[in-house]
Amino acid sequence: MASNSSGGGSSDRQRIAQQRLRIIAGHLQGPVDGDSAILAAECKAQGSKTDVCREGKTVPRRRQEIMKWNGWGYSDSKFLFNKKGQAEFTGKRYRLSGMIIPGLKDWMEGTFGANLQHKTPATPLLTSSAVQPATLNKAFLEELKSTGIPFSHDAEDRVFRAHGHCLHEIFALREGKFGRVPDMVVWPNCHNDVVKIVELACKHNVCVIPYGGGTSVSSALECPPEETRSIVSLDTSQMNRILWIDEKNLTAHVEAGIVGQDLERLLNESGYCTGHEPDSMEFSSLGGWVATRASGMKKNIYGNIEDLVIHIRMVTPRGVIEKSCQGPRMSTGPDIHHFIMGSEGTLGVVTEVTMKIRPMPEYQKYGSVVFPNFEQGVACLREVAKQRCAPASIRLMDNEQFKFGHALKPQVSSIFTSFLDGLKTFYITKFKGFDPNRLCVATLLFEGDREKVLQHEKQVYDIAAKFGGLAAGEDNGQRGYMLTFVIAYLRDLGMDYYVIGESFETSVPWDRVLDICRNVKARIIQECKDKGVQFPPLSTCRVTQTYDTGACVYFYFAFNYRGLSDPVHVYEQVEHAAREEILANGGSLSHHHGVGKLRKEWMRDTVSNVGVGMLKSVKDYVDPDNIFGNRNLL
Amino acid sequence: MATEAIYPHRDPMLKKRDDFEDMLEERRNSSDLRYALRCYTPVLYKGLAPCKASMLKSMVLQSDQLHHVIGQVSRETGRAADDVQEEASAILEEMAHCLQLSTVRFFAFTLSKVFKTLFRSICVNEEGIQRLQQAIQEHPVVLLPSHRSYMDFLLMSYILYTYDIALPVIAAGMDFMGMKFVGEMLRMSGAFFIRRSFGGDKLYWSVFSEYVKTMLKNGFAPVEFFLEGTRSRTSKSLTPKLGLLNIVMDPYLKGEVYDINVVPVSISYERILEEALYAREMLGVPKPKESTSGLFKARKVLSEDYGSIHVYFGQPVSVRSLAQGRVNRCQFNLVPRHIPRRPSEEIQSFVNDSAYRLVRAQEENMVLKPWVLLASLLLQNHHQDQTAGQKRGMVLEELTAQAVWLRDMFREYGAFLHWPDHVPPSEVVSSSLSLHRGLVRVCEGRVQLAVEQGGQVKPGEPHSTVTPEEELLSQAVIVLSCASYRNQGLHVFLRPALLASAINAASSNLKQEVFNSFSFLRNMFSNEFILCPGATVQDFEEACYLLVKTGALQVTQQELLVTERGQRTVAFLTSMLDPFLQGYQVVCRFLCEEATENLTEKQFVPAVRKFIIKHLLAGRLRYTEVLSSDLQKNSLAALLRLGAVQKIKAAEQGTLKVNKVMVNSLEDTLGGRLPTQKAVGARL
Ligand SMILES: Cc1cc2nc3c(=O)[nH]c(=O)nc-3n(C[C@H](O)[C@H](O)[C@H](O)COP(=O)(O)OP(=O)(O)OC[C@H]3O[C@@H](n4cnc5c(N)ncnc54)[C@H](O)[C@@H]3O)c2cc1C
Repeated sequence: MASNSSGGGSSDRQRIAQQRLRIIAGHLQGPVDGDSAILAAECKAQGSKTDVCREGKTVPRRRQEIMKWNGWGYSDSKFLFNKKGQAEFTGKRYRLSGMIIPGLKDWMEGTFGANLQHKTPATPLLTSSAVQPATLNKAFLEELKSTGIPFSHDAEDRVFRAHGHCLHEIFALREGKFGRVPDMVVWPNCHNDVVKIVELACKHNVCVIPYGGGTSVSSALECPPEETRSIVSLDTSQMNRILWIDEKNLTAHVEAGIVGQDLERLLNESGYCTGHEPDSMEFSSLGGWVATRASGMKKNIYGNIEDLVIHIRMVTPRGVIEKSCQGPRMSTGPDIHHFIMGSEGTLGVVTEVTMKIRPMPEYQKYGSVVFPNFEQGVACLREVAKQRCAPASIRLMDNEQFKFGHALKPQVSSIFTSFLDGLKTFYITKFKGFDPNRLCVATLLFEGDREKVLQHEKQVYDIAAKFGGLAAGEDNGQRGYMLTFVIAYLRDLGMDYYVIGESFETSVPWDRVLDICRNVKARIIQECKDKGVQFPPLSTCRVTQTYDTGACVYFYFAFNYRGLSDPVHVYEQVEHAAREEILANGGSLSHHHGVGKLRKEWMRDTVSNVGVGMLKSVKDYVDPDNIFGNRNLL
Repeated sequence: MATEAIYPHRDPMLKKRDDFEDMLEERRNSSDLRYALRCYTPVLYKGLAPCKASMLKSMVLQSDQLHHVIGQVSRETGRAADDVQEEASAILEEMAHCLQLSTVRFFAFTLSKVFKTLFRSICVNEEGIQRLQQAIQEHPVVLLPSHRSYMDFLLMSYILYTYDIALPVIAAGMDFMGMKFVGEMLRMSGAFFIRRSFGGDKLYWSVFSEYVKTMLKNGFAPVEFFLEGTRSRTSKSLTPKLGLLNIVMDPYLKGEVYDINVVPVSISYERILEEALYAREMLGVPKPKESTSGLFKARKVLSEDYGSIHVYFGQPVSVRSLAQGRVNRCQFNLVPRHIPRRPSEEIQSFVNDSAYRLVRAQEENMVLKPWVLLASLLLQNHHQDQTAGQKRGMVLEELTAQAVWLRDMFREYGAFLHWPDHVPPSEVVSSSLSLHRGLVRVCEGRVQLAVEQGGQVKPGEPHSTVTPEEELLSQAVIVLSCASYRNQGLHVFLRPALLASAINAASSNLKQEVFNSFSFLRNMFSNEFILCPGATVQDFEEACYLLVKTGALQVTQQELLVTERGQRTVAFLTSMLDPFLQGYQVVCRFLCEEATENLTEKQFVPAVRKFIIKHLLAGRLRYTEVLSSDLQKNSLAALLRLGAVQKIKAAEQGTLKVNKVMVNSLEDTLGGRLPTQKAVGARL
């Protein structure tokens, strides 16, 4: 992730200035009616008194000031091929920033048959005239104005909140095509602002779509094209304070719009962490995690979002839902948190969350193990899970990803020496008889106090040795985890050169892991062939999480689409087929990305008719007018 | 009901057939020894996990599935788990092959010698071989040859060795094990042995299925077995057996492999080695037990000419694509896959349909020789002669002319006919007749079946010692042998023949009525011929399409009309099916007239045979081939299926309970004395 986000220069200064202005504006706001005056006052009070820290926040209201409107991440960071034809990663934020990646060009040409001569550049600028004019609900707008909650119907603001990061969404943006986009954006500053917005939305029958970090990969943020009401995107990014930290109980009460990197950084300042680190944590928000049932890399120690959450506050058309106490466990009927977690913005807005926190780990250590083949690697992970000794993170890359990781090795840097270099290469490929086309690598991250980490490390390496695994050094592990944050940028580079792709995930019982990996990868290759893709696709996977009874598997799939008239359609057909294959092999519809609209068609088979009925009846009760009308899930 | 739509053309792939090459040619020109010792480096499955035969056994014995079943058996029987484990291990010992290249080389050498003396040529479609080679690399492969002779599986291995293709492991019946030495030789050439029946034996089933699946999944070798279960004695394809097919499809259905390629192989013999043996067996002359010495006695066989063999390796069929949209594989999500379960109805019907499709693929790629046409014509002529009480046979020229007519019809029906077009038809006919001189007699320019010689009567033995019954049986040997060649071509015009007979039987030309009658006959004969379940409308449309295409039939909105020139075709087709129609009626009559209360299933064939012999000798029945126990068993199976006969479980053996009213009405419907509608209403 970005080592520090406050180095943004002029745009940052602007942002801070704006933030000040907004606070001042808040002070100047006149009361509209008695109720809201009190609420507004509370809101202010919270802002000024209990806020642990409010400086150094990453996400401005106008996200476009620091982020790309048609690609991943910060505007200043991207992969490109420089004049010498070498790949390079720009900017200063990441450890890879400013470095040359010599192997990437060959890898792209070799893997995809891509060619630097064949470019498919994106439309450089967002043309506002191409955006549908906003359908505004006058009465709603009037009343909203009177609350003083900032809003906008600027085309850029609206387009920015009309999508997540699915391939088809980004592809359309790059072509300068916009479908249905929200008609306006509001930026509530606190829980009470949300209460007001939702009340007004109900009163005037306006559709509200909560927007957190915008990192959704399930079409969850897409506006239903058939929606005729005015659509309001409720951007939670300004609700980003840690309201209090309770060191006795090790909890923190946080506003739901905070993004992962801010949450961790701010807690770190007090010596704590949540340990929740999804790969998207630079941009995804606490509310988004709750709404999608997110999972973080280090869940083995800290748990997934459902394990981390102690209390949730959500504003619904029926009012506010929350529990009355913060007991660590309750037997009070079905857990209402489980109606909220995974609701994907269909029931209301999560505004505040109490989360578990932990003291920051004393010691962290990366590691890696090379296995002669994927089968052995999976067997090792299974054993590690069986012995319940999984490190904070353990991920097993297949051979293609191992090669890919290798291709991303930057030119000069001590931590970037690869184990394939020098003697070790010789050792692995020659002496031990590891076949470079079959071997695979697991990356590890240990956390805790020093002694325990070292003990733990030994235990894991001993198990690995039983499965033919050879320790391959800390550097490889560390590099692997760092790449996590830059890999998302690579897709944009691919798209500059006719290569499109995406990842998708599932969870599956242990006895099915190898079968599902083999079959889904093979299915992708076959479907590409059947659909007329001219070049062999990249079809790879990794096991990213282990559980007692199974694992989470990620698939990466990309191909060169030269010669195809409708590449996105082909892509979607292949992904669809791959999902069918996953389901037929005992995999789940999703481990953590959620259902959104992308995977809706399989919900009924996934949870049964009665299950769908249950969810529906909750929706019908909570939101009878479908104010939260993003049409996810059901 | 049949729609107006023209019958959709069959898979064009099947129409465009590959060329053949004679693999004996090279054998005749180069050293057999060098060939047997040559370097053999087959391409292997890309996902192959290298493993030795011995490792294979321990993989099976340590498998989750077997482990589970051993636990289960031990709990159920109270036996110690170790004990059961040992039994499992013994079963595996008895079953397992131990494929050895040296044995294969030995066979390669000896079979080269044997084949060259027995056969003129062994023709193989090399494109099929190439496809197979490709298929083997991609996915585990199952080979499904047709089964007409003991020869089949040695021949298969011989061919695969010759073309440098991975040698298969072959599921063989236990009866081979009777021949100690041969059994072990076969084992070393890749055969593994299964008991013929092990109905409720969980442990046996478990070892067996795990063994087959382990070999398949790991790509150890192509797995070969006979879908028909046993050698067809009649040359008609047999109703497929589903056990092994279920087993080999299981790894795909459970996601253990990405796909499985199933390759139907059609082996056709111009002359079948077991020709007379089969006929005698079906007539009730007991089958000689397969013993080694028996095989050697068959040395006489070696001095004869058996013509050529054609082996066609069909298009590999992907199990994945067969199952596409038919099987929801999620059904295995909720129970651990290693716990054996009865296949769901969905899967049973899928496997059954697939089995029929595969057998039909075998049929369609079966090469037919001119003799098939001649046998059909000569048999029909024989029956006409018998009706007329004459023994004249056919004028050779007439036979040739009819054969040419039939050849053209066959071709129009899409048959895979191997008729050398560059040779004058008269020569084709005469060389064919001379190859089968044991079955036909040519005398003074006339041809007839060689029934007069009295078949088995040794020269010098006085004629008077032969009873009329013996005489009849020895004639029947010839007739049944001939019929088996005719049967090779039956699948080509089975559907048109059913339609022709339906048109004959129906009380009007109304399409609906003909269809009813067609569907009745089809249903009646679905144990006799390969008729895919549930494909009545499709078959009807195919039949209409073929008859219309050949100008024999006109189809209007409402009616089916046989054209002027179609009369001959329809007559020919009807008489093709007539022996079967008559046969089924006789069986019905037997059941109505003579079946006693306590007729057991075992007694059925001898009793019905006696009944038929009586009728034949009395001249009330003209088709000797009705003596075929195959036909008798099939008709009983049909009657059981239709519920006209029921099996009652009695103390020792099942007895047959006959619903005489129903059997009677079926008989009358078959004989055209009762309109189909009634029967339809009654039961069908
Ligand atoms: C590169 C990349 C890596 C990723 N890695 C991970 C990972 O490791 N683990 C993981 O779990 N996911 C991952 N994701 C998916 C995504 O980051 C998660 O789904 C995340 O939880 C979404 O959070 P967000 O704040 O971006 O929500 P958004 O994308 O803004 O919204 C997602 C859904 O939640 C709803 N929503 C958002 N905020 C609220 C709220 N406050 N109240 C109610 N509903 C709300 C929205 O309406 C929408 O339906 C990844 C995505 C990308 C692009």
